[in-house]
Amino acid sequence: MNKPNSATVPATSGRDIKTIVNASLPRRHAAERRFRWYGLIAISLGLAFVVLMFANIIGKGYSAFWQTYVQVPISFDAAVLDPQGNRDAKAIEGADYGALVRAGLRAVFPNVQGRGELRTLYALVSSDAPQELRRTVMANPALIGATQEVWLLASATVDTFVKGNIDRTLDETERPIKDNQVAWIDKLAAAGKVEQRFNTLLFGSGDSREPEQAGIRGALMGSFYTLLVTFLLSFPIGVATAVYLEEFAPKNRWTDLIEVNINNLAAVPSIVFGLLGLAVFINFFGLPRSAPLVGGLVLSLMTLPVIIIAGRAALTSVPPSIREAALGMGASKLQMVGHHVLPLALPGMLTGSIIGMARALGESAPLLMIGMVAFIVDVPRGFMDPATVLPVQIYLWADLPERAFVERTSAAIMVLLGFMILMNGLAIVLRKRFERRW
Amino acid sequence: MLSYLLLTLVLLSIGGYYLGRNRAFAVANGHIRNLHSLPSFYGSYTALWCGLPALIVFAVWATLQPGVIIDLVVAGLPPELRELPPDRLNLVINDLKNLVSGNIVSSTPNPAILEAANRYRNLQTIGNASLWVVVMALAIAGIAYGWRTISPTLRARNRVEQVVNLFLIVSSTIAIFTTVGIVLSVLFESILFFGKIPITEFLFGLQWSPQTAIRADQVGSSGAFGAVPLFTGTLLISGIAMLVAVPVGLMSALFLSEYATPKFRATAKPALEVLAGIPTVVYGFFAALTVAPVIRDLGTALGLQVASESALAAGLVMGIMIIPFVSSLSDDVINAVPQSMRDGSYALGATKSETIRRVLLPAALPGIVGSILLAVSRAIGETMIVVMAAGLSANLTANPLAAVTTVTVQIVTLLTGDQEFDSPKTLAAFALGLVLFTVTLILNIIALHVVRKYREQYE
Repeated sequence: MNKPNSATVPATSGRDIKTIVNASLPRRHAAERRFRWYGLIAISLGLAFVVLMFANIIGKGYSAFWQTYVQVPISFDAAVLDPQGNRDAKAIEGADYGALVRAGLRAVFPNVQGRGELRTLYALVSSDAPQELRRTVMANPALIGATQEVWLLASATVDTFVKGNIDRTLDETERPIKDNQVAWIDKLAAAGKVEQRFNTLLFGSGDSREPEQAGIRGALMGSFYTLLVTFLLSFPIGVATAVYLEEFAPKNRWTDLIEVNINNLAAVPSIVFGLLGLAVFINFFGLPRSAPLVGGLVLSLMTLPVIIIAGRAALTSVPPSIREAALGMGASKLQMVGHHVLPLALPGMLTGSIIGMARALGESAPLLMIGMVAFIVDVPRGFMDPATVLPVQIYLWADLPERAFVERTSAAIMVLLGFMILMNGLAIVLRKRFERRW
Repeated sequence: MLSYLLLTLVLLSIGGYYLGRNRAFAVANGHIRNLHSLPSFYGSYTALWCGLPALIVFAVWATLQPGVIIDLVVAGLPPELRELPPDRLNLVINDLKNLVSGNIVSSTPNPAILEAANRYRNLQTIGNASLWVVVMALAIAGIAYGWRTISPTLRARNRVEQVVNLFLIVSSTIAIFTTVGIVLSVLFESILFFGKIPITEFLFGLQWSPQTAIRADQVGSSGAFGAVPLFTGTLLISGIAMLVAVPVGLMSALFLSEYATPKFRATAKPALEVLAGIPTVVYGFFAALTVAPVIRDLGTALGLQVASESALAAGLVMGIMIIPFVSSLSDDVINAVPQSMRDGSYALGATKSETIRRVLLPAALPGIVGSILLAVSRAIGETMIVVMAAGLSANLTANPLAAVTTVTVQIVTLLTGDQEFDSPKTLAAFALGLVLFTVTLILNIIALHVVRKYREQYE
């Protein structure tokens, strides 16, 4: 093609095109750079959101892992605790421990007078303090009659103040803590009688209306029972379905229907599963509301598609030669699957199930439908006890206005995220360890 | 009590397994070659005979027992209690149940109820005891039967495999049953709802205030069920979410697949996918306590009227949540475009961005549209973010700074707390659920279809 038709094209055209192209190059290269920048900005935005969310939640919540205590001299007055003097356990248990706390506080600040002022003084310690004293005395009745310095749980307002989350320069009317309370705390702090300790109540107690007493143990146990039901139901059924569809099912319309169904179920909004649970399990079968059993049933229907899809992927990755070898040795089809294919596919299936369980752990919308949002103080002890789960507890606490609850909500989120990271990490380790390339 | 029964049953089955296996050795005179199947199959055969019938009876009995006991107890109540209207009778039964389980009762129990509670407890004890007897008898009879029928010619493997096969088939139909259950439960309640409120009013009405009057003279309880404000609210929030998620997600996917070095890709892609693993309730908390106040302050600084539960805050955060969804789906789609198409474009002198815009995107468009549709269906069905960050008042507005409500928010608010099942308020939630399910189902079917068609094109 050495220009036989050059007569029809002007002789200079080659150079012209070159100049045109060359002239357009800076513009095109600029566009190229811009486009590249857009991409970089987009991905940095996405990553920035990840960092921002984690920083935000950790920044808000880390302080909830400590809790303020104040030291108060308590005289375990025999006249209050045991007026009959016969050490009757029932009488000691029913005694007015609030009086001890109040007397102790008055002893520290003897010149506080008047009902209103005394009430603000008593508000320094939590309403749980008398219960705490009761437990101490019940465990050790020899204390009666003695006087001892006791660390009492501070109230949520004091706790928030000590952690520096209330601005002391504000006017008294604009902050939840009174001027004289600030003065008392300063005095106690100067005497070394205010202390921050690891917050055992957060992990050891159930929900409460008082922030300083509220904990996530109830929600954690609820999550545990719910997930146990979910796993016990969805794993065997999911594996069985995957095995059937992948190894046994004939290719016909019926199995096609099942496949389409599973893919669609995976994309159904979770709240619709809640409606199903409400209408079928609670209304039709009459199972109790708020029970981990029902929550587990609903969540297992939700996780099932995830496990089935992961299970089928794991089964297809087992090479056909294994199957042929097993069949060739005279194994029945079920023996081939049970002895050879399934053990090889199991790590992959487990990985998928753990990821599915992690999702179930974070799920809350369907559980709102079946009554797992009730305010429940007791830690559940079985599958039928009323319970709530960790994400729902977060939802409930997020609605409460107190600063101390914001802190606890963030802490609960950190615990939840910790579990999710643990589960996903386990899945990754499993995959790394047992993954086989054929 | 009942869990001990289950445990005993499991132990008996294990015992049955060993009995059956030993029996098989015995009938074979110690030579396995005389047997039709391996000895362990004879063991499983006996174990199944022990466990399965007993388990079925157990399940049926345990589901029926409470209802039967209630019927018996109610039949024994004094006539003046028995002839109460059904809802009052339900209250009495509830009191009774609470009394039996030792909870505090709402009113001081009257002697008739106390006596009924006693009878309830008696019946329960009798029922549980007879359940034990029946289940144990069945289990032992099963072992005996299995043990007796074992002979060298018994086709134990085939029998056991039949049972396992049946289990596999039944398991695989559960997905179908779930779908059927969803459709039936929403449809059934929705039909009840549309019997009270005409469907046209629900779909085209502009007023939504689901508080129905309890008393006839109550103020402010109009009970209007026009769902259009909910639909527009849902669309508004999902629209904002898509405005965030589609550009960011798509550009991230393009950058990761076309520009990024493998090393950068290997760290950035999982880091971005962390967003997909965070529970939605965390996003809701973030939206309500961090993003919404920031937007409100910004708006006030600019002199704008911003609601404290603005659609913008919920939409923005929902968009962040959907970014990894869009990006990983589009990443798959982009990677499916054959390398030869890129090479052809480069050979003609196109720059990378020109190749992406003129060749890659048009080629990948159906797949990208499919993944965006999936993301939209995800946004429409998202619940926790909007429950926590969007409002409750149904405003018919397109202003992103105003508070709007969504379908999912209304479902949650209508159904949390105690409710009666036959009030239009509760049933409305199921009608909304039906709409939600239908819309997301259609979106998903279209999206999956488009994506599959697109994949086939390049395979």
